[in-house]
Amino acid sequence: MSMLVLREVEKSYGLRSFWGQGARLSVLRELSLELRKNEILGLVGESGCGKSTLARLALALEKPDRGEFYFLGRPYWRLSRQERRRLRPALQAVFQDPAASLNPRKRVEDLVTEPLKLLGVPRQEAREQAVEMLSLVGLEKELLPRFPHQLSGGQRQRVALARALITRPRVVVLDEPTSALDVSVQAQILELLLELQRRFSMSYLFISHDLPVVLYLSQRVAVMYLGEIVEEAPREVFLAGGRLHPYTEALLAAVPGKERPRRPLWGEPPSLLRRPSGCVFHPRCPEARDPCKEERPKLREIAPGHRVACHRR
Amino acid sequence: MEGVPLLRVEGLCLGLAGGPFLLKSVSFHLQVGEILGLVGESGCGKSLTGLSCLGLFPPGVIPLEGRVLFRDQDLLSLSTEERRRFRGRHLALIFQEPLSALNPVFTIGYQIEEVLLEHRGLRGKAAREETLRLLAEVRLPDPEVRYRNYPHELSGGMRQRAMIAMALAGEPEVLVADEPTTALDVTVQAQILELFKELRARRHLAFLFISHDLSVIQEVADRVAVMYAGEIVEEASREALFEEPLHPYTRGLLAAFPRLGVRRLEALPGQVPSPGRWPVGCRFAPRCPERKERCVKEHPELREVNPGRKVRCFRR
Ligand SMILES: Nc1ncnc2c1ncn2[C@@H]1O[C@H](COP(=O)(O)OP(=O)(O)OP(=O)(O)O)[C@@H](O)[C@H]1O
Ligand code: SF4
Ligand code: SF4
Ligand SMILES: [Mg+2]
Repeated sequence: MSMLVLREVEKSYGLRSFWGQGARLSVLRELSLELRKNEILGLVGESGCGKSTLARLALALEKPDRGEFYFLGRPYWRLSRQERRRLRPALQAVFQDPAASLNPRKRVEDLVTEPLKLLGVPRQEAREQAVEMLSLVGLEKELLPRFPHQLSGGQRQRVALARALITRPRVVVLDEPTSALDVSVQAQILELLLELQRRFSMSYLFISHDLPVVLYLSQRVAVMYLGEIVEEAPREVFLAGGRLHPYTEALLAAVPGKERPRRPLWGEPPSLLRRPSGCVFHPRCPEARDPCKEERPKLREIAPGHRVACHRR
Repeated sequence: MEGVPLLRVEGLCLGLAGGPFLLKSVSFHLQVGEILGLVGESGCGKSLTGLSCLGLFPPGVIPLEGRVLFRDQDLLSLSTEERRRFRGRHLALIFQEPLSALNPVFTIGYQIEEVLLEHRGLRGKAAREETLRLLAEVRLPDPEVRYRNYPHELSGGMRQRAMIAMALAGEPEVLVADEPTTALDVTVQAQILELFKELRARRHLAFLFISHDLSVIQEVADRVAVMYAGEIVEEASREALFEEPLHPYTRGLLAAFPRLGVRRLEALPGQVPSPGRWPVGCRFAPRCPERKERCVKEHPELREVNPGRKVRCFRR
């Protein structure tokens, strides 16, 4: 069963007059993604590829320009306001920087109970649930009266998690949730995420630039480049050493720690403002051929569950 | 590569004026053409150690004890002006955010030429030619164009290359690189790491390479020093450190680090204590799975357990 579906969504933003009136920056192009029940789907890509735009669409914070967004099988943006409001608590978010996403003037107790109050849960009951939630994320209830700046980075991320989970969501979108944390704290949070996901049968869309972390946590992984999904496959496929999309191969080869077998990919991702014609990856692709410059490859299934957008795979 | 070390830090202690210690008895050395990796979690004192090597201290931070010897010159005994001249010529710094090293109102070419004038007396055509050569050496595409660019006109990776070119302009023998690839995308990081290896081979440059990322350290370093709470807790060759880590903190870090394809991470509980809250005994004791009574009472020394292999732990 699908928890969340983006079908051929497009998203662009208006640019200021410098580029001429009415110019638009197209960030996501015909992008499709499906998050299944009880699944952790990883989304990996480099900076500026549109990961966070995708996160905002998946969180229903923004409406796609074109295409459909289904949440729990319902066409979200075609529902009435009231129906949408009823669905919202089932969809929650955790972001990279809890210092920025937690209101600095609110105490832990208010931060964690706020989503319940919005649902009209009485104060005492909300507080009880907050205490329970805090202990689930490994925090002591002594922290309830503290402000975010009185917490460590790891504690703040646990509070953000408690706040996201207190409404018992079906889907959580996590955008770089451990990128600001130390290695040892990151491992604690990753372990906690796995445990909670199993316990509450939730689905995660886990977004990160860190391929090893994404592969550690996720059952399936989608690779994004310049606003497009270029590859999608079960975790094992990425680790099996077989042929992958040339960009995915470059990403894997760039993971540090070993002597590199071949020269790293040359150049940097071009900006979305200068999206290449044909295959978006062709200016950096070691395998590019003439047709790659003109024809945009479609995402095709080359093995069960393994989809690639490349003319040469 | 043995011989008289190029750089020696001996028993360095730093503290806040009227406040706690920030670094305690930090000692290590760097040979010609060697890459020493300095690894540890946030707040362990890596950046302070790196800055000290250049005789730099943030406001309020004072050196309390110890020496920083470049060849036989103690940097800490030099005047501020002498230190400034020493830097750039013998040692240079590269850090995470090139924008703070580059001046936004001058072109890349101009800024490199300033260094060439100050440290090598080059000006005019000679300076321009050397600048273009440096930009090509760090593999900045289209050096002629980049020469005239302002920092904001370059991408993150290109800026990092420009900062490296500027650091090389004074022909230093030691580069202190503090998280030089942390802000970059992995594919760009891979290019910059290759560039460091090339520079080391071509110029026999020595690096103090600071990173919180174990896999980056594993890729570039010949030797590794691990820091925890203001001190070095282990020092070893890269092979020894990654194949047979000795200190419980090093082991914990490695087990918590998400490598490609790893099935299970072991979370190291707790977090690094901040300065002023260091435990009296072993500073890692509250988090250590091997802790014994003695560990809580006494502070272990950094001991050489094998040639070139040091560890700060009672149980090794
Ligand atoms: N100017 C300063 N004033 C007061 N404390 C400082 C100052 N600079 C550093 N510190 C403290 O000294 C300790 C070591 O800092 P340092 O920046 O060297 O850590 P680090 O290992 O480089 O951490 P990171 O991985 O976060 O860069 C930290 O606890 C820090 O808060
Ligand atoms: S379509 Fe062509 S350019 Fe694009 S990834 Fe495949 S081979 Fe490379
Ligand atoms: S000295 Fe004791 S507490 Fe410290 S690392 Fe060794 S075993 Fe652990
Ligand atoms: Mg630092």
